[in-house]
Amino acid sequence: MISLNINDKTYQIDADRDMPLLWAIRDLVGLTGTKFGCGVAQCGACVVHLNGEAVRSCVTKVGRAEGQKVLTIEGLSEHNDHPLQLAWNEISVPQCGYCHSGQLMSAAVLLRENPNPSDEDIDHAMAGNICRCGTYPRIRKAIHMAAELQKQKETTE
Amino acid sequence: MSTEQVSRRNFLRMTSVAGTALCLGFYFPSSAEEAEIINAGIADGIKDFEMNAWIHINVDGKVTIFNHRAEMGQGSYQSVPQIIAEELEVNMKDIDIRFAQGDRKKYGNQVTGGSSTIRTSYKNLLKLSATAREMLILAAANKWGVTAQECFAEAGHVIHKPSGKKFHYGELVVDASKLTAPANIVLKERSAYKLIGKPLKRQDTPMKTDGSAIFGLDKKLPGMKYAAVERSPRLHGKIVSYDATAALKVPGVQKVFKVRMGVFTIFREGVVVVANSTWAALQGKKLLKVTWDDSGFEHISSPVIFERQQQALQKEEGLFLKKQGDPDAAVAAGKKTLDLVYQTPYQSHSAMEPLNCVAHYQGDKVEIWGPIQAPEWVQDYISAQLQLPLEKVIINMTFLGGGFGRKAFMDYPHEAALISKEIGAPVQVVWTREDDATQGPYRPGISYRCQASVEEGEIKALKFRMAGQNNDQWRSGKKLTTANRSTSEGFLAPYYKSIPNISFAEVQFETPIPTMWWRSVYASTNGFAYESFLDEVAHAAAQDPMDLRRKYLQDERSQKLIDKIEEVSGWKKRNKNEGYGVAITECFASTVAQVVKVSKDNNGKVKIDQVWAVMDCGWYVNPDIIKAQVEGSIVMALGAATIHEITFKDGMVEQRNFYNYKMPRITDIPPIEVFVMDNTENAGGVGEPGLPAFAPALTNAIFDLTGKRIRKLPFDMASV
Repeated sequence: MISLNINDKTYQIDADRDMPLLWAIRDLVGLTGTKFGCGVAQCGACVVHLNGEAVRSCVTKVGRAEGQKVLTIEGLSEHNDHPLQLAWNEISVPQCGYCHSGQLMSAAVLLRENPNPSDEDIDHAMAGNICRCGTYPRIRKAIHMAAELQKQKETTE
Repeated sequence: MSTEQVSRRNFLRMTSVAGTALCLGFYFPSSAEEAEIINAGIADGIKDFEMNAWIHINVDGKVTIFNHRAEMGQGSYQSVPQIIAEELEVNMKDIDIRFAQGDRKKYGNQVTGGSSTIRTSYKNLLKLSATAREMLILAAANKWGVTAQECFAEAGHVIHKPSGKKFHYGELVVDASKLTAPANIVLKERSAYKLIGKPLKRQDTPMKTDGSAIFGLDKKLPGMKYAAVERSPRLHGKIVSYDATAALKVPGVQKVFKVRMGVFTIFREGVVVVANSTWAALQGKKLLKVTWDDSGFEHISSPVIFERQQQALQKEEGLFLKKQGDPDAAVAAGKKTLDLVYQTPYQSHSAMEPLNCVAHYQGDKVEIWGPIQAPEWVQDYISAQLQLPLEKVIINMTFLGGGFGRKAFMDYPHEAALISKEIGAPVQVVWTREDDATQGPYRPGISYRCQASVEEGEIKALKFRMAGQNNDQWRSGKKLTTANRSTSEGFLAPYYKSIPNISFAEVQFETPIPTMWWRSVYASTNGFAYESFLDEVAHAAAQDPMDLRRKYLQDERSQKLIDKIEEVSGWKKRNKNEGYGVAITECFASTVAQVVKVSKDNNGKVKIDQVWAVMDCGWYVNPDIIKAQVEGSIVMALGAATIHEITFKDGMVEQRNFYNYKMPRITDIPPIEVFVMDNTENAGGVGEPGLPAFAPALTNAIFDLTGKRIRKLPFDMASV
């Protein structure tokens, strides 16, 4: 048995330690917000946070996550109100939406590390996430908006 | 009349008698454009009907709408209820939208393709919702003993104007359900719209930002198994034998067997590994040893394909789709003629959600859940293949993680149904990215030969010929005797009025490669050839490319579109060191003009500075969704023009995953500005028409800047 801490909840799963974290989260834990896109760390649809760092769960062995803190899209905020989620909704960023769990998880690390990112910073941080619907212009715009929302939140808190 | 229909009718009637809801739907008489509106409560007198409860209002005033089309990113989940809410006079937030099951008797054509959802249904949807509103108003008026003229509807209530009394819709549905649907409903003028035409936020965004939207891959059933299929690396390979020893040793792998799924009119073989997790199934698949028989089909390679196409274009006239005047004579006698060849590549749809499907076969029926663009085609196909009555094949729609045409076909649900039947349990089949990239079907690669005669600045004749696979061939399985119906797709109709001699012909060309619709279909490749060629004609005629289009697109609608693109792009104010290119294409009843601006960076490399697009889709619902679709189409077109292509070598696809079928990324995207024309023409498509104009606008801009003409896609921006 492997003990996983996902979104501050503990799950005991019976899995091969080499199973990618992606499939453990999706098939064994049953959280399906994290997506399968390529299986080879090319597209970013499967990005989750492992101890606060963005990792591609399709190439991260579940054994490596044992006893660590995993955050998935379902745990990004309690009420779908992370500044990025609010901005995504305000700008209607997603089209099909499939890649956006990964987009948001990548963007969340960027925004935490760099509260005021430039276009170049955004391009650099988000270059690992493919969107076949081509929502990139809106992703850029929404990250800027989220940065503003984050600042407002900090000043009111 | 069948028992099934009688019992359904009784059910509907009982629903109404019990006084729980107002259900309004359409009656689809075979293929009528204008649907008759039916009130489920009193539909008893109508012979032989199946009704779709398109709008359902219950006693709590809750409105449920069944979306008959797929949501694959294009926005039907928002735009369909936005139409209904307008005439029904309800708030968007009070509408619950659900995906309809596949059922053509109830919903008519459900194939989400051809950018058709709004343009083929908006008139009926407006009429239906206005009818429901009028029935609720009449029910209220009857209760109060006043005339309907004294009442109006607003935000889910009927209000009596003189007294200010009001009922919410829920209080009226029982009475309304006993009324005859009124005829001669007056629809609102566009200027009176409160919702239509407004950039409302999409209702599906919140569930796409917290992981709760259920895509095909997210569907889970109790006791569901997972399956992966090893497929032939070579097109049409058949299994000679396989060794499953190693695969069966993977913990969690339960069964390995052969499966044979239909791809249009042919069949494909594979070895399926069934397991208790996707990972175990994928591990097992890797360890299979399969011996393939690759005989019986040509082991095709890309250079041969294009060489043959281009030879054929020089030798054959082909089958004419359209011919006016005598372009042959005009070109033969022309003083100044052009004769040029353009080439466009095969492409994969590569939706972010790989193909997948859940099936549960239960002896006398099979139920399917998946990312499906064409539910009734899947229903037809599985019904025929598994020999089950149509109504025993239940197709449930999920959100689609992209479709672009690929998810309109039946192979992956068919495969899932066969596997579930074999194992006697529900199963989810997951295609890997490699399966998705190497199996097709693909957008066909096409070569074009374009000829023109130009005299004293006037276009005397245009002669277009294409050689490339015909998607209809794959669907029918028969040798076609008429020209590809899409040979002139993308070309604007007003040119036929101003240019005397024009022809479009198809030189038939087939290979064993399965091909199918890819976003904007033939316009995506025709547009490059025809709009590049017009640019070359403009230069040959010593005319500004924008002026040439203005001169030959003489109708008012085209002129307004040209005015707009010229204005927003600053076409006339362009500077010396900037390259500007224009292209205008039409498909699925919408016309799009694009201008691309390029310049050289500090290292002398050509870069895209800006893209402007103007969409004329006539009557429209949500301008923000339209802008998003055009932005996305431009990004997809940028990839297909400058980044990726599918190539074949010895009967195998060379690309396997995003490391060698590279996608545009955020770093590749220039600023894109989209404008939507305002007019009252019939609604046109939105999801696809923004794509075709981009590639020619880009290459025309590069010519403007550098004098270098690009006639073959894709090309590498870095090496221009």
